Amino acid sequence: MKHILIACLLWLPLAAHAALNVFACEPEWGALVREIGGASVKVYTATTALQDPHRIEARPSLIAQMRRADLVVCSGADLEAGWLPLLLREAGNARVQPGRPGYFEATRFVTLLEKPATLDRAQGDVHAAGNPHIHTDPRNIARVGAALAARMSELDPAGASAYQVQWQAFSARWNAAIAGWQARAAPLKNLPVVVHHKSFSYLLAWLGMVEVATLEPRPGIEPSAAHLGRIAAQLQTTPARAVLRAAYHSPRSADWLAQRSGIPALALPYTVGGNARAGDLFGLFDDTLDQLLKAVP
Amino acid sequence: MFRATLLAAALAAAFPTYAQSDLDALRAELKALQTAYEARIAALEARIQQAESPPLAAPVTAPVAAATPQADSRPARAGFNPDISLILQGRYARLDAIDERHISGFLPAGHAHGTPRGFSLDHTELVLTASIDPYFNGYFNLALFDDEVEIEEAWFQTSSLGQGVTVKGGRFLSGLGYQNAQHPHAWDFADNSLMYRALFGESYGNDGVQLKWVAPTALFMEIGAEAGRGADFPGNDRNRNGAGSATLFGHLGGDVGASHSWRAGLSYLHTKANDRDGEIEDFNDEHAETLFSGKSRTWVADLVWKWAPDGNAHARNFKFAAEYFRRTERGSLECEDNRADGGACDGTTDAYRSRQSGYYAQGIYQFMPRWRTGYRYDRLDPGTVNFGANSAFLPLSDHKPERHSLMLDYSPSEFSRLRLQYSKDQSMASQNEDQWFVQYIHSLGAHGAHRF
Repeated sequence: MKHILIACLLWLPLAAHAALNVFACEPEWGALVREIGGASVKVYTATTALQDPHRIEARPSLIAQMRRADLVVCSGADLEAGWLPLLLREAGNARVQPGRPGYFEATRFVTLLEKPATLDRAQGDVHAAGNPHIHTDPRNIARVGAALAARMSELDPAGASAYQVQWQAFSARWNAAIAGWQARAAPLKNLPVVVHHKSFSYLLAWLGMVEVATLEPRPGIEPSAAHLGRIAAQLQTTPARAVLRAAYHSPRSADWLAQRSGIPALALPYTVGGNARAGDLFGLFDDTLDQLLKAVP
Repeated sequence: MFRATLLAAALAAAFPTYAQSDLDALRAELKALQTAYEARIAALEARIQQAESPPLAAPVTAPVAAATPQADSRPARAGFNPDISLILQGRYARLDAIDERHISGFLPAGHAHGTPRGFSLDHTELVLTASIDPYFNGYFNLALFDDEVEIEEAWFQTSSLGQGVTVKGGRFLSGLGYQNAQHPHAWDFADNSLMYRALFGESYGNDGVQLKWVAPTALFMEIGAEAGRGADFPGNDRNRNGAGSATLFGHLGGDVGASHSWRAGLSYLHTKANDRDGEIEDFNDEHAETLFSGKSRTWVADLVWKWAPDGNAHARNFKFAAEYFRRTERGSLECEDNRADGGACDGTTDAYRSRQSGYYAQGIYQFMPRWRTGYRYDRLDPGTVNFGANSAFLPLSDHKPERHSLMLDYSPSEFSRLRLQYSKDQSMASQNEDQWFVQYIHSLGAHGAHRF
């Protein structure tokens, strides 16, 4: 018994020095963990920019990765309601259960928009806590990053100083980049746009753009021909300058409306990996702004 | 407004002797109070709204003002209420008039709820689930029928053991096979596969404990063991202290690129029965009651493979599932004396042995958002059955039950589904039935889990 105890004690510090295994639900959080953790973290990203984070299944591969994680970083606010609870239940990993330091929900660290006043599925697949697509505002990434760096330091004290240094360096670059994006984005203020799903609410709020319609008649409900027709008619009186969709949305509806109304349909990367330019968080916003600015003459 | 009225009522009660002029003065005062309150409430509402939405049109201010983490305090769910969902299911079935539906060559498995013709309500299911405390999760599933309420599942599961280990206890659907743990609303067809109908009636549930371990590898590997009461078919309740059934299962799974994922498994169920009822037609075409006592062993192999372009199942996706079983039963069978009704059995008890098998294979294709179509093929093999001395009274079946099913379903949202299904059913030796089903499945309340 004593030997086992000693063995455990000897083994513990070794374990603490090992790299953090991070399970990131979405690519933006995976990228943020990489910025903070550098080479000393191993990141598994559960979804790609081409997948709708609402509609993932609790696949065996995800259970296996969840099993090995020291830290789970997800958006929360019910974005992953269909699959994350099931993964947590099936994987048998105590470290990452809600309430433990290994469980990190990004939406807890920012103020959410579009919190529904009433909860009724007649309004579609509404999220009770508010809109979970927070990362489309880069200032939210900074807010989440600060909390994430603190959490990673807590979980891996040996790497804490490195995480803080890397976070400070990223944060400085990021704030400079935000200032640059905001300066460039001045012409986008009050730009009226149509969006496919309410994936860009935070982006629009950040840049002062105006959402005049959504292609989905209700959140999570597929655009119907009748609804698209109504939007086309609405755009006759209140014109929009572009139709925005995320890389994972089917282009059909956006393209149809764009053609009908003579405005461009933009496939924004939405998250890291959404197109060739959006290779990291900086590229994500560079490309998003470039595309938006092209739509403004 | 309400507050003002209350105040007026209270004042009126308190000062009943006030003269009319005083009352008028009071009314005026109240009116003033009311308007003042309304204005203050409106101002407060505006402030709340302002506080809730971040500065909208302030793009060129200093970037993130304070990048300090806020307290991790907002609860994920308001209150302590469990997630509740209710499944509404019903259907219209166009079937032949068949009194005693059974699968030829197989002893009837218990727990079948009949197949009514015309309009009928399927299971209505009530599901409650929540964390119990930091150590356990709880789950409850109640199936409601007209004259029956059935606790389909009621279990706790550990969440804090770690090392990939979970322990489940209570009543639960066994982890064997693939379809077994799915409730009927999650099936891809309007009715059960012939394999599961022959094996368990609906699915194999148990009162007992389950121990499961997930390996710490990138390839998904899990193994599980269950021990329980074993009261469900193919066992029965035998009033004993020990475990009445044991199950072992193992699963492997993973992804192949971004577009493909799979899971394969092998399971084994061992249980015993003591005077387990069955009904069978004897050589005189009369109903004979049989009582089986002995061991029942079932092997199930399952494979699921799914495809979605880039892993985005939204527009198009495909799912293939197949399961194969082999069951051996060994013991004794009594055929109760039914000579009084013109039957052939004389109450003989003698050795009984059977080895039977079967499978189903199905493919479901979502060809555009909301629309899926699917085909399922069922086939069973009555295999070898040895009735011993009772073979003088009980006929053997060499009919191989078979069924083709074709379905089309439409899901207006994630929470509703309408389904049309056609089956060509030859599960009974004498029948070749065309079956039509129109089914709806609606789920109210909490967001359902996306099982693989």
